[in-house]
Amino acid sequence: MGFQEEWCIEMNKTVIEPSKGWKVIDFEELWRYKDLLYFLTVRGIKARYAQSILGIGWAIIQPLFTTLVFTVVFGGLAKVDSDGMPYILFSYLALWPWNYFSGTLNESANSLIANAGMITKVYFPRLILPLAAIFSKLLDFIISFVVLLILLIYFKVMPGIGIIWLPILLIQLLMTSLGIGMILSAMAVQYRDVKYALGFIVQLLLYGAPVVYSTTAVPEQYQFLYSLNPMVGVIEGIRAMFLSRPMPWEWIWPGSIVAIIFFVFGLFYFRRMEKVFADVA
Amino acid sequence: MSDTIIKVENLSKRYRIGLQEKKADTFAQQIWNNFKAPIENFKRIKSLGKFEEESESVHWALKDVSFEVKKGEVLGIIGKNGAGKSTLLKILSKITEPTSGRIEMNGRVAALLEVGTGFHPELTGRENIYMNGTILGMTKKEIDRKLEEIIDFSGVEKYVDTPVKFYSSGMRVRLGFSVAAHLEPEILIIDEVLSVGDFEFQKKCLGKMEDVSQKEGRTVLFVSHNMGAVRNLTRKSILLNEGSLRLTSNTNEVVNEYLRIQKSKSENQSFESEIFEGIVVEYKNGNNAFEIFDDLKFEFSIKSKNLLPNEFRLGVTVSSMDEINIFSGVTNVISQSEFQNGRLELVIKSPNLVEGEYKLSFSLGLGDLFESRREFLVHRHALVFSVANLNPEKPSLMNWQSSYGNIVVKSQNLILS
Repeated sequence: MGFQEEWCIEMNKTVIEPSKGWKVIDFEELWRYKDLLYFLTVRGIKARYAQSILGIGWAIIQPLFTTLVFTVVFGGLAKVDSDGMPYILFSYLALWPWNYFSGTLNESANSLIANAGMITKVYFPRLILPLAAIFSKLLDFIISFVVLLILLIYFKVMPGIGIIWLPILLIQLLMTSLGIGMILSAMAVQYRDVKYALGFIVQLLLYGAPVVYSTTAVPEQYQFLYSLNPMVGVIEGIRAMFLSRPMPWEWIWPGSIVAIIFFVFGLFYFRRMEKVFADVA
Repeated sequence: MSDTIIKVENLSKRYRIGLQEKKADTFAQQIWNNFKAPIENFKRIKSLGKFEEESESVHWALKDVSFEVKKGEVLGIIGKNGAGKSTLLKILSKITEPTSGRIEMNGRVAALLEVGTGFHPELTGRENIYMNGTILGMTKKEIDRKLEEIIDFSGVEKYVDTPVKFYSSGMRVRLGFSVAAHLEPEILIIDEVLSVGDFEFQKKCLGKMEDVSQKEGRTVLFVSHNMGAVRNLTRKSILLNEGSLRLTSNTNEVVNEYLRIQKSKSENQSFESEIFEGIVVEYKNGNNAFEIFDDLKFEFSIKSKNLLPNEFRLGVTVSSMDEINIFSGVTNVISQSEFQNGRLELVIKSPNLVEGEYKLSFSLGLGDLFESRREFLVHRHALVFSVANLNPEKPSLMNWQSSYGNIVVKSQNLILS
């Protein structure tokens, strides 16, 4: 017994010291707080649609109306080339991941500031906050997928075999969101400018990805540079798999590498900045 | 294996105070500053977390603090505002990092710096119990097991499925504390959270805390401004003053030292107005507090007699340090001819104040409580004085709790027949 007790105490030994340099995120600790992640995610979802009439319906209305406006403006008036498919389907296939991406950027960038009260009063792995922001947006993502299914049925489109690659693209989407989300949230604690800048930057970024137009419109000499945007590959990949076209790997792999870089750098950067959060928040 | 559960060695923490903005002399300068502002701001904000060189903008919140806590001990942490108590707690609870030094802790730590952290107004009481519990480091399973007990303890059973935004602030505190009270850490860190909530519930919490430390052998670090609560709950305390550790000893000694510091501070505090040159608190020879149950004496020295009315009454209010009035009164009429030497002595016959610190406010006016009173001059919280048990032979009011109030009614004045 004595041995066991001693062992238990050893397990819980904490040493607090000033930390230096770059460190790896403590994944074991993160795992111990998985229940907190769960409840924060649920809290995020419940709080977002509390006391609203349409509730979760907003997750459908928002992308649907954006798609309609794009269809009228870019498809109807500006006659943007949509690779020969109905423009409404063309733009919705892109807006589905794009809305998730832009939504998570906003939510995660603000996650630390919005919870400054928690950060300064209790310790938990801070990474939980941007993570919960990103996970709570997943519900919207799933719901807008239902709308996509309806559109597919309406246009009698059958997804091709490429659909097996969907998880890979979703991982790329998550890694990009999470990577940039971690960097932005850590920066936003110290520099409130991030919050103001983000709104319009996300709007501008929309034109850096093939959401309203097709990749065929990109001049050949810029195509590689363009494909470094991880969202380009995600959107092109999703379009291809739902329309039974060959997977456009040349558009995907450069972005995948960039996504991994963002993710890994984000992890380290967040960990490095973490220690000053409570002091500057 | 030693029974030292917390070991703090040479702990220091510095903060950077935001630098002052430059002021413009001219309009053109102001415009120019506005253009330059982003660059200046960037430098300033960037430096908030960094320290290249020592400068006036660096503030040491803690300097070279070392102490040890044994298993099962309840340690009080005392000090006035800005002494570094909160910083120490924040480092112990891992919220912020120390600048230098080292802490070793053997056991699960739970810190209670606030009641109900993470509560969301839109979520129900039940959901918030899970929210708050997991933030404090419990797992869902643990909360599942204790849920009934937590709800019972909080006394809000009826509303547990109502969103917390419809709760009164008292109910919120009850719920928050109730979650915290069911934590099972080896080390519990508590910051003045007991100062909220109603009397009944406070007592319940104090009881729960005593249970925790005595029966279950848990180590507790307890920070408070409430000397009564510290005396009740702790035997050993440390005193922090301007970031350094001033004294580690038994709680009584530490509380007295704390009062001594406060006292020397209030002596330096120079009260001055057009009429008065100053007020001296007349403690008995060499002491730094009034003996408990003694008369309170103050001497006012008058600067300019001409400004005083020929006749007046002095109104007096004594309040606690958190500026809650305890009692008031008005003297008889005094006329100028009665104080030739420019001094007025005020004696308040034993008001039976319990040990602690108090603020004195006074006013000059005509009329008293039975007629209409007109005041010429009001000085709120003009000075601070202390009351303490200075006689070691005499028993202290050991069992007096802060919630009992500030005045003792002696038993001869409580008649049972």
